[in-house]
Amino acid sequence: MAEASQKIPVTVLTGYLGAGKTTLLNRILSENHGKKYAVIVNEFGEIGIDNDLIIGADEEVFEMNNGCVCCTVRGDLVRIMDGLMKRKGKFDAIIVETTGLADPAPVAQTFFVDEDVQKNARLDAVVTVADAKWLSDRLKDAPEAKNQIAFADVIVLNKTDLVSKPELAEVEARIRGINPYAKLHRTERCQVGLTDVLERGAFDLDRILEIEPDFLEAGDDHDHDHHHHDHDHDHHHHDHDHGHGGLKHYHDEDMQSLSLRSEKPLDPTKFMPWLQNLVATEGQKILRSKGILAFTGDDDRYVFQGVHMMLEGDHQRKWKDGEKRESRVVFIGRELPEQAIRDGFEQCITT
Amino acid sequence: MKEFDPGEAPSSIVSITDRVKQLPLGAAVGSVHFLGDRAFFVGAEESVAIATLEGEITRTETHFGAILCAASDGKRLVTGGDDGKLIAIDAKGETTTIATDAKRRWIDNVALHGDGTVAWSAGKTAFVRNPKGEEKTFEVPSTVGGLAFAPKGLRLAIAHYNGVTLWFPNMAANPEFLEWAGSHLAVSFSPDNKFLVTAMHEAAMHGWRLADNRHMRMSGYPGRVRSMSWSVGGKGLATSGADTVIVWPFTSKDGPMGKEPAMLAPMPARVAVVACHPKNDIMAVGYADGTVLMVRLEDGAEILVRRNTGTTVSALGWNAKGTLLAFGTEDGDAGILEM
Repeated sequence: MAEASQKIPVTVLTGYLGAGKTTLLNRILSENHGKKYAVIVNEFGEIGIDNDLIIGADEEVFEMNNGCVCCTVRGDLVRIMDGLMKRKGKFDAIIVETTGLADPAPVAQTFFVDEDVQKNARLDAVVTVADAKWLSDRLKDAPEAKNQIAFADVIVLNKTDLVSKPELAEVEARIRGINPYAKLHRTERCQVGLTDVLERGAFDLDRILEIEPDFLEAGDDHDHDHHHHDHDHDHHHHDHDHGHGGLKHYHDEDMQSLSLRSEKPLDPTKFMPWLQNLVATEGQKILRSKGILAFTGDDDRYVFQGVHMMLEGDHQRKWKDGEKRESRVVFIGRELPEQAIRDGFEQCITT
Repeated sequence: MKEFDPGEAPSSIVSITDRVKQLPLGAAVGSVHFLGDRAFFVGAEESVAIATLEGEITRTETHFGAILCAASDGKRLVTGGDDGKLIAIDAKGETTTIATDAKRRWIDNVALHGDGTVAWSAGKTAFVRNPKGEEKTFEVPSTVGGLAFAPKGLRLAIAHYNGVTLWFPNMAANPEFLEWAGSHLAVSFSPDNKFLVTAMHEAAMHGWRLADNRHMRMSGYPGRVRSMSWSVGGKGLATSGADTVIVWPFTSKDGPMGKEPAMLAPMPARVAVVACHPKNDIMAVGYADGTVLMVRLEDGAEILVRRNTGTTVSALGWNAKGTLLAFGTEDGDAGILEM
């Protein structure tokens, strides 16, 4: 098996119509960062830069013949990745732009389900560009926009100059109600450090262990969804829960997230079958899943991420000396069977 | 099952590795084709390396980028690239540009007809140009996965999502559509024109008996089938995708329906590429671990052509007479063997 580091990182760039994806792409392509990106775009003409590694795509969503209805892939991406692999060494990373109305699932799943794609490339992060002025409205009337927020590892909340501070707080609260785990950057004209959106790798996975500190530092214009913390074993975050006046707690009507944590190690012979069975039976409801795991008798950190019914996981590295060996798993999805998931997880803890 | 003899190590099989003329090409090979007695190694990008049996190598630049497809009729080699160009190379190594895509789309597939007609595809569009230069196009519902000319008449099979379209470029009749759910990539007619098979995006082959469009499912592969080759006379279809060569029988009028395939040349590595000999019941097999074998179809007897060094064998080809075999690998090694 190829080392994760040898695989080419793939960033999926998504966002509703007009949010600013093309602005961000043009910046990535024109800035002097010493990296070469192969960029798969849905609309050729929008990119103002001549580059033989910009490839037009057709967004062909194919169902896989495995009887799984949510198991869709981007057929055009499979083909493009095949072709790009002939030019290995000519670029450092790949960016896949989706159309504003696209569901990110088929793109992400392409990097899980196709053997040849998986051999050469790994999904680095789903980056969602959101329009601060219009996102709240789109979350009400456009299911695609909500999906894109739920899927994100990184959210670039753009056009913040067009909204007031209370409006910004409102839209951030809406985002956090759906996806409290994504790294959120507030930008004007997509002015975000490119290292904050590209080649995030394991860093973003580590964030799921660090949700609370992020909420702390964000201060009083930052909302979060309280409900995720209710059942955690670790209660230190409660110190600040009540510290800020005027916090809004949104519970999105159909999208929820769930986080599980254990300071005791997990039994891999119980956890892995449980997780696989969970995504096999509830995968249609689970949009994203990720976790960092400490297994009994294992000195390596195990990490996994998933999209609907698909999972990929691997031993990531040795636990460092003094590092807290804590397992943490998050799920984002619709109508998540919360209690069943919590109970199942508890059963996997080594006693 | 035959009794396994642990005393017989794989190295004890007949080896002719010392008879191979080594060709250190230094660039990944996508496919290899013979024009006359010279082997044309199509690179993964930019150029074609032309090699003689004596080991002399000349290089011809053909594309500004990846070479995505190649086909040969023995007289010329035609390649398509991600620079939107379709290039022909003759036996002398002279190149001519057949077509340039107006939108500089990738040329994903190419097929050649015996009468000199060439077909290629970019996105959802299949193009056909006859020797007089007359061009026709046909659009299918999704990106073209593969192209193949029927052995008789001017009939082009266009593989795509959910099936294969059979197009008669010279006839006004509606194209025929062979439906099967899933994404169809490489496509091939049996030499007797009775069957059509596709390699799917899933780890499976599909086929149709053309007389009545009856389906033939050929599944069970651990990996995607990237290479297939008809044995002499079309008696069997050898395929990659497993740790043995899977050879489907096509001798009866039902093709492989209800029959077990032969499983030949098992190795502890995935079969990457297969090429059947043009005259005899022999095939060359290249593996993901770099091994190249010659295998007799009748009994599976093996001869070692290249040891398991380096990376995947990505190209295999015979000359028309079947006297020369060439192979190439993903890490730029290659060789020619004279029988």
